[in-house]
Amino acid sequence: MLAYLLRRSAFLVVSFLVAMTVLFVLLRLLPGDPSNALLSVNATQEQIDAAREQVGADRPLGEQFAAWFGGVLTLDLGSSFVSSLPVGPEIASRLQVTVPLTLLAFLLAVVLALMAGVVSALRADRWYGIALSGLSQLGIAVPVFWVGILLVSVFAVTLRLFPSGGFPRDDWADPAAALTSLALPVITIAIVMSASITRYVRSATLDVVGSDYLRSARAQGAGFGEALLRHGARNAAVPVVAILGIELATTFLGAVVVESVFSLPGLGSMLLTAIQQHDYPNIQGILLVSTLVVLLTGFVADIAQRLIDPRLRTSISGNGLR
Amino acid sequence: MKRTIGLVALSVAAAVALAGCAGGGGSSATGDDATIAVGSLYEPQNLSNTGGGGQGVTEAFTGNVYEGLYRLTDDGEVEPVLAADSTVSDDGLTYTFTLKDGVTFHSGDPLTSADVKSSIEAVTAEDSQSARKSSFAVISGIATPDDKTVVITLSERSISFIYNLSYVWIVNDAAKDLKTTEDGTGPYTLGDWKRGSTLSLERWDDYWGEPAKNAEVVFTYFTDATALSNALVTKQIDIITSVQSPDQLSQFTDNADYVVSDGDSTTKELLAFNDRVAPFDQALVRKAVYSAIDTKKLLSSIWGDYGTLIGSMVPPTDPWYEDLTQVNPYDPELAKQQLAEAGFADGFTFTLDTPSYDPHPAVAEFLQSELAKVGITVEINTISADEWYSKVFKERDFQATLQEHVNDRDVVWYGNPDFYWGYDNPEVTQWVSEAEQATTTEEQTAKLKLVNEQIAEDAASVWLYLYPQIVVAASDVSGYGVNGLNSQFFVADIVRK
Repeated sequence: MLAYLLRRSAFLVVSFLVAMTVLFVLLRLLPGDPSNALLSVNATQEQIDAAREQVGADRPLGEQFAAWFGGVLTLDLGSSFVSSLPVGPEIASRLQVTVPLTLLAFLLAVVLALMAGVVSALRADRWYGIALSGLSQLGIAVPVFWVGILLVSVFAVTLRLFPSGGFPRDDWADPAAALTSLALPVITIAIVMSASITRYVRSATLDVVGSDYLRSARAQGAGFGEALLRHGARNAAVPVVAILGIELATTFLGAVVVESVFSLPGLGSMLLTAIQQHDYPNIQGILLVSTLVVLLTGFVADIAQRLIDPRLRTSISGNGLR
Repeated sequence: MKRTIGLVALSVAAAVALAGCAGGGGSSATGDDATIAVGSLYEPQNLSNTGGGGQGVTEAFTGNVYEGLYRLTDDGEVEPVLAADSTVSDDGLTYTFTLKDGVTFHSGDPLTSADVKSSIEAVTAEDSQSARKSSFAVISGIATPDDKTVVITLSERSISFIYNLSYVWIVNDAAKDLKTTEDGTGPYTLGDWKRGSTLSLERWDDYWGEPAKNAEVVFTYFTDATALSNALVTKQIDIITSVQSPDQLSQFTDNADYVVSDGDSTTKELLAFNDRVAPFDQALVRKAVYSAIDTKKLLSSIWGDYGTLIGSMVPPTDPWYEDLTQVNPYDPELAKQQLAEAGFADGFTFTLDTPSYDPHPAVAEFLQSELAKVGITVEINTISADEWYSKVFKERDFQATLQEHVNDRDVVWYGNPDFYWGYDNPEVTQWVSEAEQATTTEEQTAKLKLVNEQIAEDAASVWLYLYPQIVVAASDVSGYGVNGLNSQFFVADIVRK
């Protein structure tokens, strides 16, 4: 297991380096000019040239990369081309919104999906089992911003139970206020995320319910619930854990639409603005963080799978059963 | 199952209980201690108006954090602020300003002529991104004979000089990091700026003039017009500085809780031709396109009863305004005649570079269907704002484009043959330069009226309509400007009853 961990970690580091290089080069190959964001309609040629120089667009590619990557190694992500604000602190500030938003939505989605998925699998012949299955299909089809707009319209504007958007100015100083601002966005994301996780939980549960080992356990006297939990859970968990890792990673940046509907100052909206303005330092900084998140969640999901299923551990070492 | 239902019910109840702490937003208290929340779509890009801060920093800072020698009031008048006195030489080339006494910056440094000199030089500097840089090319020298006197010499007369000075922020010359911090003389200091969320201004007690009537102003930024309106409905903000989505207005009009103010706008929606390239190098073709478009229908379909029709680049608030809407009237038969005369009896096709943000896509569709009726085919090419700058503005690689132009007094751009739309009429260029060198405002007005009439006659562009300038506020708030000239929004007089 230790050898596997070391190998996997080395792979993580190499993936990260490759991703950063590709990202850097691709950004600069794309059409569009980062200096445009600084210009106005009366800009003179002199101002246009000055903007390009300020943004460093005239230096050779290798030099630009070395400068940036050197900074990354000392945890200095540079400064925005447009606002001149340092990238790192701004990302840290935005993470205060995006991380709780993603984690809370994820937890809520997992709880909802586990309940809905298991129930709709075990009671696939009852009306509520079928209804849950149908709802999950609907949840996948519906666009997330529509759900958001609907919730705002009903719970914020009409019923005045929640704010229609925004995040408290003093961040988490008043946790109740911060949580209230996140309530509707979390529910919005959770509804859509749980829909797809439900499908996986449902099919994994159906698989397990129809399996031989479950039947054997029951034949030996175990109750249905007990057999399902003791024997079924670990088997069902493996594919579901893989999906959860992917969902968590995609939600991290995918929340940009929800952030726009709810005016949350999160990482997604920062990335959107940075892309529109071709603000390379910001784009690179955010994608660096999100690449790390994706790689790490993948890593954790991999380890978790191996912890859950002993067969995966031994097959890697190639010695067959031990 | 029952336990599950119980759990769900419990969590919903908990959520509702938590939500009881919601609503009401940050605005509370009345009178001098009030916090006013202002909602806007224009967040500053950074805090410097010579460093690319954009429209948002003018809105938040001009007149509030920074002041100039002069100020453009909401009614369009230029009045002195930091310039206590001024004289002009007879030849109009030397301006002498005496600064007000007792003015200090937020950091405590006193206002001296050196600060004025460095502030103007920041606008004209090589790396300045100020939108007004080209206006000050006439300055040949700035002298500071003593701490309270500034003498500016011009290379030629410039009747707009005082007006242009209202755009220059007087910044402490010792201040650093002006993109992320401030040091001005205005009634507010910068509280804190949470990017993507809010920018707060706090009343400054050592202000030289009348203190602000509220304790704090929080500019709250949104990227979505609907979210902005919702925030006003749920009382998270008190005022919307400039309503950009007509659909949202209906919930505020005829509603006793809100006041909808329709002010004077200077933002014009243009169909800008590239006057250099065929077929738009022919005035007759441009006039034909103009007459083929029912601008009244376009305006009412987007803004209903709001907005104004214009016949040229000059909005009604500029001194040289004339109603020229009949110069190129809506007349499809006339359009077809003009096309035939120009040699395009069978019509033609052109590409319309359309920015992807509202209202341009809707306008483009409208133009496409109107022009089809006279045999002109429009191909819509949607581009981003950034692409617009590269392709249309810098490379001039376009046939026609849509764009909104927000400044007042910008008819003078038609005197610059190098401007992106490439309108080149030496007579107009002559008039524009004569207007600037006029000795009296009457003379300037007369010359610019000639310019105005000529560009309408030549249909240099199609001026589709003038945006309305709508401010919506909660009815217990007053003291805000409604004309929002050049994106300014003075907040010092806003009170909540």
